Amino acid sequence: MTNATTIRTNPTTWDELQLGVTAAPFTDAPLTRTDFVRYQGASGDMNPIHHDEQFARAAGFPTVFAVGMLPAGILATYATDWLGAANIRRFQVRFGEQAWPDDVLTYTGRVAGRREENGRRLVDVELTATRQTGGVHLRGSATFIVT
Amino acid sequence: MAGAPFTMEVELGKIREFARATKSSNPGYLTADVPVSPATFLATAAFWTGPENAPPMEEIGDPARILHGEQEFVFHGEPPRAGTRLVGQTRIANSYDKRGKRGGSMRLVELVTEFRTPEGRLVAESKTTVIVTSQAPAEGPTAS
Repeated sequence: MTNATTIRTNPTTWDELQLGVTAAPFTDAPLTRTDFVRYQGASGDMNPIHHDEQFARAAGFPTVFAVGMLPAGILATYATDWLGAANIRRFQVRFGEQAWPDDVLTYTGRVAGRREENGRRLVDVELTATRQTGGVHLRGSATFIVT
Repeated sequence: MAGAPFTMEVELGKIREFARATKSSNPGYLTADVPVSPATFLATAAFWTGPENAPPMEEIGDPARILHGEQEFVFHGEPPRAGTRLVGQTRIANSYDKRGKRGGSMRLVELVTEFRTPEGRLVAESKTTVIVTSQAPAEGPTAS
């Protein structure tokens, strides 16, 4: 997702990850129905509200909308690209506004806490996924072990 | 009240498929011989386990009025790697009432799935907070 240059420029060490430090934001390509279907297939969540146009309209929605765990998973991808797939110890998201086909989501991360526990260095980060309208789709947080 | 325990094999192919679906190009998932699972991967267990593995629906609420409000994963060490066998069990950890933004009441139910090794070591916990609204979500969606 992020290119090598971005990974190198993001702060990743204990000394670099001071409170308030941010990772480079990631703005994804517009969400597509194919993104929804691909995630639904990978996860096994076959709720038709996320891929069946007629079903979504019958339920009162203008069209299908993103399965929330897709942007949640992309937010986790963003966070683990930053601080390491094997280093994550906690990941949490709260769902806000729905996301729709053609939405452009921007993912951001910021250091919100630092602590040492049992000789290990832990960093807490705040994470968001924001729609092109400014509306917040996801507000989340994660904890990583850092060296 | 807890559901019946279930066995989950953390599969290499499913890890790679899930990582691609969540737009990852991280070699830690996509090319490593024995990759860790992505942070939200354990959520997939809910879609192939049976009703006997979930706490009774009548203790949670009307499925037509349930929204997914919040999701958390805690790892007691690295996220489980491909080839790990886990035993999962889901219970209702908490439930409480809250006043909704548009008036009316809603009930929040926290479901916790513990994932342990067959020997009983706690590997990960998945916490799902569902919102049981007083009206069907289609009439006032705030979450997905």
